[in-house]
Amino acid sequence: MALDFGYGISKPRTIDLDRNEFYKGNAVLGKMPELQSCIGCGSCTATCTAGALTDFNFRRLHTLIRRGEFKGIYDEINKCMLCGKCRLTCPRGINTRGVVQLIKRNMGYLQPE
Amino acid sequence: MTKRILIIGGGIAGMRSAVSLADAGLHPVVIEREAVLGGKVRNWHALFPTFTPAAGIVEELRAAVAARGIEVLTGCTAVRFDARRVELADGRTIEGDAAILASGFTLFDAGIKEEYGYGLYEHVYTSADIERMLLAGTLPTVNGAAPRRIAFLHCVGSRDEKVCQKHCSRVCCITGVKQAMELKQRFPGAEIFNFYMDIRMFGPGYEELYREAQLRSNIHFIRGRISEAAPTFDGRIQIKAEDTLTGRPLRMSVDLLVLLVGMRANDDNAALAASAGLETAPSGFLAPRDLFLGNIRSSVEGIFYAGTITAPKTIGETLNEAVAAAEAVAAYLKNR
Repeated sequence: MALDFGYGISKPRTIDLDRNEFYKGNAVLGKMPELQSCIGCGSCTATCTAGALTDFNFRRLHTLIRRGEFKGIYDEINKCMLCGKCRLTCPRGINTRGVVQLIKRNMGYLQPE
Repeated sequence: MTKRILIIGGGIAGMRSAVSLADAGLHPVVIEREAVLGGKVRNWHALFPTFTPAAGIVEELRAAVAARGIEVLTGCTAVRFDARRVELADGRTIEGDAAILASGFTLFDAGIKEEYGYGLYEHVYTSADIERMLLAGTLPTVNGAAPRRIAFLHCVGSRDEKVCQKHCSRVCCITGVKQAMELKQRFPGAEIFNFYMDIRMFGPGYEELYREAQLRSNIHFIRGRISEAAPTFDGRIQIKAEDTLTGRPLRMSVDLLVLLVGMRANDDNAALAASAGLETAPSGFLAPRDLFLGNIRSSVEGIFYAGTITAPKTIGETLNEAVAAAEAVAAYLKNR
């Protein structure tokens, strides 16, 4: 058994696009290319019902998925209550609620259509 | 006797002013430093947001200048001037009745931003290099193969106090979108990433082109400024930035890095301004009398401005100013 010295090596926080895989993000973008037109305004997150009560941040979440970062995505995406307010407020006309469901499908949390 | 107007600069602004002045029955004299007319647009391939060939605009203006028999002095550098005369570097003095300063801008030297490795590493290019390569049909390959990853960096030499360029050069954002689409078209298999601080799509059709780049060309826009570029062992370029929308540092290696260089004031603006008693703005560009009804007028009687001598501008804005300056000159000379 390894001794616990009370400290360890932190994993780098850097998003390494040379190692990350894009196929899950591309699968979402393939179905809803308008997600690529997100300008990061944060309207979705500002109006989010789940975000009012938890640290759920849809803008950050889908950006991380498009960068190939999936750690903790399962817990995060399940905070969404699918109320759809974000879709009403998006200035780029992105079907954000649909994106949430696509993310769930492509992460294997929902059965494929 | 026909009134003579001295036009310093034979780019699109100088040529367009000359054509309008000749049509008004006046005698323009175009003084151009280079051996041929056309200025910076001469080295550009296609123009945003419509991908219109730049050569067509230069050719049409050159033909209009030639058809009117306009007096053109090429290979002549103006060193001092006022409303009535221009002194050339070769010692000659050209006399006239009014002057239009249309000597344009200078491209920012990307080598000054050493952290991006321009001139140090292979496959770091400026937006101007890309236009020249598109014109010549010699786009860069990596070991003979098409590049797989390309990064564009916005705001190189713009909005940067470290290199004394505090202003926004305006046209680089849309140029970055345009060139990303052009490279994607030529290298369909390449992933293209644009690193930006802000995306400023101020003109008609610009926002639409930006959207098309995102939706159709699948260009990735990452909000964050590249902090440094370094060569990798296999001859690629590693870049580092913050992905500010996720709040995480980000790094990747690319085959090509394109630096979208800004427009800065000419080095000789200060000397020309001092010789004529003109005012310069803190940016080093010439200061027009005001930004509204006097936007092509200087603070000195008989001296007018056209184009990017006063600030970074698009080609359309430059051509409009050239016409407005010609009209103002004609009105000024009528009363004399």
